[in-house]
Amino acid sequence: MRSLFIVLLAALGVGAAAAARAQAPYPDRPVRLIVPYIAGSAPDVGWWAYAPLTARAFSPGSSSDYWTIAVLVSGFGSVATAVNLIATILGMRCPGMTLGRMPLLAWLYLTMSGMALIAITPLSAAQLMLLVDRYLGGHFFDTQAGGSATLWMHFFWIFGHPEVYILIIPCFAFMSEIIPVFSRKPIFGYPVMVAATVCIAFVSMSVWAHHMFTIGMSSYANTFFVITTMAVGVPTGIKIFNWLGTMWGGRIQFKTPMLFAIAFLFQFLIAGLTGIMLAAAPFDWQLSLSYFVVAHFHYVIVGGILFAIFAAFYYWYPKVTGRMLSERLGKLHFWLFVIGFHLTFDLMHVPGILGMPRRIYTYEPGRGWDTLNLIVSIGAFIQGVAILVFVVNLIVSYWKGARAGKDPWDGWTLEWSVSSPPPAYNFASVPTVASRRPLWDEKHPEDPDSRYE
Amino acid sequence: MTAAPALSIPVTPASDASPAWRLPDRGKVGMMCFIIAESAIFTIFVVAYLFYLGKSLTGPTPGDVLETPIFYTICLLSSSVTIHLAVKRLARGRSLSFLLLWLLTIVLGGLFMYGTAQEWHRLIYEHGLTISTSLFGTTYYSLVGLHAFHVTVGLVMLAIVLLLGLTGRVRVAQSARVDVLSMYWHFVDVVWVVVFTVVYIVGR
Repeated sequence: MRSLFIVLLAALGVGAAAAARAQAPYPDRPVRLIVPYIAGSAPDVGWWAYAPLTARAFSPGSSSDYWTIAVLVSGFGSVATAVNLIATILGMRCPGMTLGRMPLLAWLYLTMSGMALIAITPLSAAQLMLLVDRYLGGHFFDTQAGGSATLWMHFFWIFGHPEVYILIIPCFAFMSEIIPVFSRKPIFGYPVMVAATVCIAFVSMSVWAHHMFTIGMSSYANTFFVITTMAVGVPTGIKIFNWLGTMWGGRIQFKTPMLFAIAFLFQFLIAGLTGIMLAAAPFDWQLSLSYFVVAHFHYVIVGGILFAIFAAFYYWYPKVTGRMLSERLGKLHFWLFVIGFHLTFDLMHVPGILGMPRRIYTYEPGRGWDTLNLIVSIGAFIQGVAILVFVVNLIVSYWKGARAGKDPWDGWTLEWSVSSPPPAYNFASVPTVASRRPLWDEKHPEDPDSRYE
Repeated sequence: MTAAPALSIPVTPASDASPAWRLPDRGKVGMMCFIIAESAIFTIFVVAYLFYLGKSLTGPTPGDVLETPIFYTICLLSSSVTIHLAVKRLARGRSLSFLLLWLLTIVLGGLFMYGTAQEWHRLIYEHGLTISTSLFGTTYYSLVGLHAFHVTVGLVMLAIVLLLGLTGRVRVAQSARVDVLSMYWHFVDVVWVVVFTVVYIVGR
């Protein structure tokens, strides 16, 4: 059945590609996401692709179609991955690995995949409608024939906002693995962490129109989306308190992964707080489409997601390659990146409040934005240098790094019980699990967790 | 860590003393996830259909031209019963009656597609309603067409199983997999109940 399903998806992909080919000026270029750039124009509709920008009249040629089909096909890929993850997590757990004993990483991936199933597909549906409009003369988003530009906005943001949580939940998962190990304490409030995550998944499905306060929705709609958006901050706050609770009283080891994790906690908190500010519709009317919004979501995506991904790199790189990343270069990367990040994105809020709009390429001097933007740019260069340090670390450590061994961090989850890199078969024999920290149980048979859970 | 052989049932039971370690069937879980994802796609198309009801600038209107396809709806809904019975027969090893019921399912699904084709032919040639005529045309052909596409994909997969069955390759051992395919077919039928309600009852 699974292979049938894959064949079905592949057929859809081939069909979509063939449809593109029929219209394409360059029929035999293989890489479809890149093709529009080679063909002379990038997709010219902005990333929201609001109607009527996507109408044939305003986006002639095929660059928008390549974009549509690329998004559609990658959407199928995301859904297939989500199906795979859920079926694996629910159907292939080792003996004793009840849902209540799964690593939080598995729980959070399960939640994120469930969200992907219902958040990515509305975008696919909207892209299908766009194809109908552009190829078959349909009128879904054609205001000349009674169609609605607002409907596209809703369909886009029904995808667009849960997508942010689809990005951040895996980062929550990294935090939930890394913070306990480097605090030398089990995670604080495991069941509450799971509940808060599932709660975020539900609530975040009903907040999308906070991206649309400025289009003039009814006051009831505005109020609803203000309340839901503020509400989603509650379970997120619970998670931050639980991570702090995990660190509280622990013997914290300030290794590079933990440094990035601690920075994540502070920065994600601030990103969440500006999110709460923007959740208030009147405040959003003032600052929507300003640099304040740009600073807010970069705080989420760089200060939150990217820092978490760096933490995960430093934490799991030894497992993946068998070599440790250099701590010295790692700390240099961390401090450069923290300084660059805060120079850029802390200060970016200010020109936003002073009225600088987003999506402008220049402005007249003397508005009071010049010095701030200069510092923002300097910060960006510092971040660039930090990334270079990171890349050098990745490359040099691959050959010269210290041997990691099975378990360099004294971890508690099962990936640290096999060699680094893990063998292709993962486990020579399927392990049996009796608690949330199976490797702790094995290392401490005199005092296993299973006695207390 | 107690070493167990590479099977899903441990030789040494886990300490929580559960006698057998049972997990949900991953084929069924996967298909349920796929169905949830598909439901979201259909939801968006249904919302668009309902949102645009009565907003077409030109005719024809749904009330003028749509006729309720009761017979073909009965065909499609009965095919859910026949496929269910077919899977039951297969699980009991009765291959011949499985094949007959499976074939009947395909015939009923095919009849439904014939009904859709006939309706579209009538709408296009008698009433001049195409996908580019008006918002009604756009939303109607998209929603009904999306469903018809899913029925077609289902029919292709049913036909593959039929061919495999005729060559004797579908036996009791495969009944769980065939059951997973039948979930898809039931889903397509349930979607039709929604589409039917929206297009032919609410929408007129």
